[in-house]
Amino acid sequence: MLDQLHEMEGRALAELAGHKTEQALEQWHVAFLGRKGALTELLRGIGRLSAEERPAFGQEANRVKTALEKAYEDRALTLKQEAALHQLAREQVDVTLPGRPIAPGFLHVSTRTLREIYDIFAAMGFQVVEAPEVETDIYNFQLLNMPPHHPARDMWNTFHTTHEGVLLRTHTSPGQIRVMLEHCPEPIRVILPGKCYRYEQVTARHEFMFYQVEGLAIGEHLTMADLKGTLASFARQMFGPERKVRFRASYFPFTEPSAELDIDCVLCGGKGCRVCKNSGWLEILGCGMVHPNVMRNGGYDPACYTGFAFGMGPERIAMLKYGIDDIRHFFANDLRFLQQFV
Amino acid sequence: MKVPLNWLKEYVDITLPVPELAERMTLAGMEVETIEHIGADWDRDKILVGEIVEIRPHPDADRLTIAVVRCGSGDPEAVVTGAPNVKVGDRGQKVAFARNGARLIDGHSDELRYLTLKPSKIRGVLSAGMVCSEKELGLSGEHEGILILPDDAPVGMPLVDYLGDTVFDLDLNPNYARCLSIIGVAREVAALTGQKLKQQEPTMTAAGGSIADLVGIEISDPDLCSRYSATLIRGVHVGPSPLWLQRRLRLAGQRPVNCIVDITNYVMLELGQPLHAFDYQKLLGRAAGGRPVITVRRARPGEKLTTLDHIERQLEENMLLITDSSGPIALAGVIGGLETEISDDTTDVLLESANFDYLSNRRTSTLLHLPSEASLRFGRGIPPETTVPAAVRATEFMRQLAGGVIATGIADAYPVKPQQRTIELPRAEVERLLGVPLSRQRVVESLQALGFHCSSCSEEQPIQVTVPYYRLDVEISADLVEEVARMVGYDQIPSTLLRDELPPQRRNAALEADLRVRDLLVGCGLTEVITYSMTNLDSVARLDPTGPAPDPADYIRLANPLTPEREYLRRTLSNSLLEALRDNLRFSPRVALFEVARVYLPQTGQELPLEPRRIGIVLSGPKHPVHWNQPQPGLFDYFDLKGVVETLLSRLRISNAAFIAVEAPAYQSGRVARLVLQPGDVDVGLLGEVNPVVRDRFDLPAQRVCLAELDLEALLAHAPESYRFEAAGRYPASAQDMAVVVDEGLPAVQVSDCIRRAGGRLLRSAELFDIYRGEQIPQGKKSLAYSLRYQAPDRTLTDDDVARQHARIQRALEKELAAELRS
Ligand SMILES: [Zn+2]
Repeated sequence: MLDQLHEMEGRALAELAGHKTEQALEQWHVAFLGRKGALTELLRGIGRLSAEERPAFGQEANRVKTALEKAYEDRALTLKQEAALHQLAREQVDVTLPGRPIAPGFLHVSTRTLREIYDIFAAMGFQVVEAPEVETDIYNFQLLNMPPHHPARDMWNTFHTTHEGVLLRTHTSPGQIRVMLEHCPEPIRVILPGKCYRYEQVTARHEFMFYQVEGLAIGEHLTMADLKGTLASFARQMFGPERKVRFRASYFPFTEPSAELDIDCVLCGGKGCRVCKNSGWLEILGCGMVHPNVMRNGGYDPACYTGFAFGMGPERIAMLKYGIDDIRHFFANDLRFLQQFV
Repeated sequence: MKVPLNWLKEYVDITLPVPELAERMTLAGMEVETIEHIGADWDRDKILVGEIVEIRPHPDADRLTIAVVRCGSGDPEAVVTGAPNVKVGDRGQKVAFARNGARLIDGHSDELRYLTLKPSKIRGVLSAGMVCSEKELGLSGEHEGILILPDDAPVGMPLVDYLGDTVFDLDLNPNYARCLSIIGVAREVAALTGQKLKQQEPTMTAAGGSIADLVGIEISDPDLCSRYSATLIRGVHVGPSPLWLQRRLRLAGQRPVNCIVDITNYVMLELGQPLHAFDYQKLLGRAAGGRPVITVRRARPGEKLTTLDHIERQLEENMLLITDSSGPIALAGVIGGLETEISDDTTDVLLESANFDYLSNRRTSTLLHLPSEASLRFGRGIPPETTVPAAVRATEFMRQLAGGVIATGIADAYPVKPQQRTIELPRAEVERLLGVPLSRQRVVESLQALGFHCSSCSEEQPIQVTVPYYRLDVEISADLVEEVARMVGYDQIPSTLLRDELPPQRRNAALEADLRVRDLLVGCGLTEVITYSMTNLDSVARLDPTGPAPDPADYIRLANPLTPEREYLRRTLSNSLLEALRDNLRFSPRVALFEVARVYLPQTGQELPLEPRRIGIVLSGPKHPVHWNQPQPGLFDYFDLKGVVETLLSRLRISNAAFIAVEAPAYQSGRVARLVLQPGDVDVGLLGEVNPVVRDRFDLPAQRVCLAELDLEALLAHAPESYRFEAAGRYPASAQDMAVVVDEGLPAVQVSDCIRRAGGRLLRSAELFDIYRGEQIPQGKKSLAYSLRYQAPDRTLTDDDVARQHARIQRALEKELAAELRS
């Protein structure tokens, strides 16, 4: 009987090795280890053995059972692993295929530049305030020290409305007066962003609509040195810490003294090129100490308070930063332009 | 303003190299825009002043001659020329001679092209070089004849030394009117470089009768004319100006006309005082033999004047005129009259040198669209002190260049003499504004260099600064501080960081919301555009195919639009966005855009319009970019747009929003909703798919176009300023589905509202996950399937709890909406 047992064990192991599916494995288990399986059949014949033979046979049968169960488990595991490997192999992809595209949105480059400006000035205590785009002649010119027919009005070609004395603001400066009147006698540090309009033919350098950011600081001890420090810091944060800056005398009717801030040309590094008209310098903003008349118009006594103001064009800044050669790109709204700024 | 440096040198020594001078001037407020080097490319030893020794006929060509030219010590050289202004037999003319190897401009080409002279035979005669025309030298476009130099031109001198120059083109701000003259620039350069101004008082040699007997001057309106000076010269010969004068005018950007006109222009450029020459004989004629009397007065109703440009002009009453006994002869400081104009036959010249009010002058030249060099100067203000020196200088020039005899004296009416201005400059003012301590001496020296006179009683007292007559722009102490800063140099002012008190910091909720909304829309995959604020009513009308045309009275209208397309300030973003969409769809199949911008709504009784911000959105084309894995994605439709709007609402924490089915002309019927917020039934705007008729009117392709325009201010008014954290439930939720059969026409929102109301606090969410029509559902009905989630904050719900709640919802649906449950 022991022989039969061993013969059965050998047969079972041999068959097991040949089975490749879970189902066949299950059938094998039933056939050899099931309640009516080969091992049970053999054990049923134990009664025909002598009492002395029985323990040895029982022991051997148990070993065979354990061995077969173990072989079954191993085989099952192997099959599972093979199946898993097979499955993974089938899921293989060509990793060089393009990814599924996301269609992200883009902020307009003017908006992005405005935000950069806001952030830089916020760190210096300047807050953003807005003012109307449709303005009166009084705010846009007269309170800024330009009475009717003042020669300086030539600096701004104006869109007038059919309502006498109402125009599209040519600059964000009228907001200065509005802020001063609202906050006098508090000290002031604000920037005023917004759209401005000028009656100008559209060319690569001029748009009739554009953004401007005005800045205004009023206090009891502000000087031109503070203006220089503030704006030089802005220019270096915007265009890079290595930038050279220079201030040169200029003229705005609402500031005195007035200045313009240049940076060394971002394209040629100051050697001279087409963009900087061979001067090596690029003008980025106008500024100055608030004119006493403007200070008075805003409610502040120029004998006690001083202030500085500045104005810049985000489009111009973006043009210099990104090398955009034509301002008409900004409001043409071509996705091929808009989606370059990330 | 173009400044030839050789001219400038007559008034100030130039001690700095040209680039340094240009930089110094630029930093001091006179921006040197370009520097032009005249003759910089003339080879010093190949292009020289030559003298014609002989002109011989060409043996083989009638139209050519052979010029024998001597330049300095070497043998005379023979060159072939076709110039019509030298003839056989001529000798002694000074010319610009170019040797072989010289680089010149091709005189026969219309484009600017350079060529290098090579030895050549012209019709069999060897030419040793060339006698040059102005064009070949780059001096002008003149190529008719060769350039004939003045007789005293030094033979053999490199031409660049004789004719070369450097010209600064200054871009001057409006308050630098004083620099619209050579002498004005010279004063600045002298101050900036520490040089003295070389100025002499002009004089003239008069030998004629007293001018008082020959002309009278009356100023009727001294408020518009503070001074009128005149001189008279008789017996002049009107001809071309000498070369040097023509050259200077050209370098300064003016075209030579004749010597009389050229001299008036020359002196204007030099001293800044515009001059006008009248033909005195014509004035005599108009005075019928009597003594002409010039009267400066405002125009009278109905007066007319035919001006130099042959236009008869109707004069308006506030225009200032120069008149005589017969009527107007010139528009003061703007343009002369045709009748009394200088002609080639003029022999006697009455020269006007006057001072006109800048406002009146600006108004007139703007009104008549007549900008000129004269009104550029008058319109910015010039001092009355210069009338006499300018008249004297010009008259003497005329005597020297055109002959004639100058009448003795100057006719000079000067009713309004300007007050000398003295400004008090407090001791601390310079430091208070500039933030840099400058010694009193430094301040005084800076101002004195510019011609200001400074005095003070003691060190502690303010400086009393007297303003020179030519500085009309200096009025207050801040102006003086700027002068000091310009002289010291802006670079000498330190850079400091703000130490002043920090103003109260206040949040700007409107701006923060603006930033957030834009970020949200970008997050939804939309790209921001910025379209023009101006539009036209035709474009707006396209949005409403059947309604009445837009009423211009509802719009802010421009009095001077650039084009009719940009005449009105917009009240909607929709048409601009559809146009931007159309332009982009030409090259991009998928377009998703948004804009946040103001619209302009006039308010009755208010000068200025309201400027509320709007959000505009357009979507069209495939929802997703095309991909190998999904080659044909679905197209954007109403629900994509609504998803964007819902995201916006939920991120702004706006609840109580309703989407109400409406009809709107721009939108396709049945695919448009109005967004309404509670409380207040506030209309926020429309969202939907564009009416195919409107689509066509905007030249859009025949595919769905989604459009929304929402009132940002209304949205923000409903967005809570703050909100509170809500804990996720600690007890398990239990989910159950419910399918409800309702009438086809019943809006789904009524079902979900009913479920929510009936579900009470235990119902955490109810998501619609399927809509079914067809078999098992009666005609005219639809089945809506919801996934309901129940959860209690304080305990685990039992099956009974859930069943009770579910049954309650079921009853409410049956009762309120006649709904049937589908199992
Ligand atoms: Zn450059």
